Amino acid sequence: MTPGFLDRSHTVAPPGWSRWLVPPAALSVHLSIGQAYAWSVFKPPLESSLGLSGTASALPFQLGIVMLGLSAAFGGTLVERNGPRWAMSVSLLCFSSGFLLAALGAALQQYWLVVFGYGFVGGIGLGIGYISPVSTLIKWFPDRPGMATGIAIMGFGGGALIASPWSAQMLETFGSGSDGIAMAFLVHGLVYAVFMALGVLLVRVPAEGWRPPGDRTPQEKQAARSLVTTADVSARNAVRTPQFWCLWVVLCMNVTAGIGILEKAAPMIGDFFAGTSTPVSASAAAGFVALLSLANMSGRFLWSATSDLIGRKNMYRVYLGVGALMYLAIVQLGDSSKPLFITCALVILSFYGGGFATVPAYLKDLFGTYEVGAIHGRLLTAWSTAGVLGPLIVNWVADSQESAGRSGPGLYGLSLTIMIGLLAVGFVANELVRPVNPKYHEPRAAAGHEAGEADEEVPGDDDRRQQHT
Amino acid sequence: MTTGDSSTPDGGTVQSGGARAPLGVLAWLWVGLPMAYGLYELIQKAAQLFTG
Repeated sequence: MTPGFLDRSHTVAPPGWSRWLVPPAALSVHLSIGQAYAWSVFKPPLESSLGLSGTASALPFQLGIVMLGLSAAFGGTLVERNGPRWAMSVSLLCFSSGFLLAALGAALQQYWLVVFGYGFVGGIGLGIGYISPVSTLIKWFPDRPGMATGIAIMGFGGGALIASPWSAQMLETFGSGSDGIAMAFLVHGLVYAVFMALGVLLVRVPAEGWRPPGDRTPQEKQAARSLVTTADVSARNAVRTPQFWCLWVVLCMNVTAGIGILEKAAPMIGDFFAGTSTPVSASAAAGFVALLSLANMSGRFLWSATSDLIGRKNMYRVYLGVGALMYLAIVQLGDSSKPLFITCALVILSFYGGGFATVPAYLKDLFGTYEVGAIHGRLLTAWSTAGVLGPLIVNWVADSQESAGRSGPGLYGLSLTIMIGLLAVGFVANELVRPVNPKYHEPRAAAGHEAGEADEEVPGDDDRRQQHT
Repeated sequence: MTTGDSSTPDGGTVQSGGARAPLGVLAWLWVGLPMAYGLYELIQKAAQLFTG
């Protein structure tokens, strides 16, 4: 049970509430928690002021990403049950107090407290915050779920763009000693609390029976597409379906392939053109990395919105199939043309972002809106896996190629070829996606209830399956 | 951006542009301004690829 203000029943939109107020609520959370990808700004000052190694200074971020995956996977059902306002409040509290604990840790020069605060406590805020608006947005925009979740998840990419220069500016003002870092963490915690409060106050769930306005295609009409269901599948049942695991592989492969470029972008462009008449300077390489971030962010909105028009399965065919061709072009022709190399890398990164943003709508197509947020949370374990797998492959291959005496583009040929193979695996997994077997569908009456009530009131999953078989 | 296309639970459309328009403008500015700042900084950095 949640206290009154936070309870789902108190967040039902009154008549006349505009659904266009929900995306900014979602963005206020995602733009905040997206700060996680700007953690690298704090690494050099932490290393110099607390005498840490590069590996140690990355710990808060790494623990944060692990906690993101775990809390999204295990907290998803709670988020569905208690509603978006509760989830956004939990995210606000955890993310903000994570910064405050980290501030205390930096001030006392107790690094474990920085790791615990930012990584563990803040990481829970990342996971709950990431999935908090997804289900609500899909319910408000049944006619354009890809566009709606694309806006929110674009915010996660945009969060680092805001935090990176802002945090650097703050360290410049307060100083990069432990006191300066503590002050910067404190300001981050307080400002993000205020910023995220908009989401908590503004978010609403649509009233029972609410329909999108005008004659835009509702879910029932979209159901003409073979993969779009009007039935509902619980999170517990979804993980028992092959469709869930196919999508898990699709997401994992797409993210791993994107990380293949992201992880080594700056040295890669330098090495590719080192022996040419137009070598790339360090500052130009930094510009290339910035451009990749822009492609990553805009791909989240652009491609996810496009998926509403061409269908989710086709969109992933493009991400995985065209993505593989882009990698192939880099391997075969990359060092012959800088514009070609840059274009291919930008397209790959836009597909990487698009893959993240389109997956909630794909889940909604397959499993319905009933517990789509919780299912999305469980699927994000693919992201955590890719977060480990991607850098591991790329760094290991690059190191081994360097030991073998290779240089220039030769350093990356093998890892890029591995990425093509991974994308091919993802492509096959996407092809295997079929409509979910009706035996996994919820009984109509149960799915009509709020998610939490349904969990308590409907018969056990096995009973339900027997009713359908 | 429009704020005027919400519906009542029974499916009728209510034009909410009047009463809630300022709230919509404020909400979008709240998230739009920091994003614009981040994009401005990013584009400045990305320009180094062509000038650096």
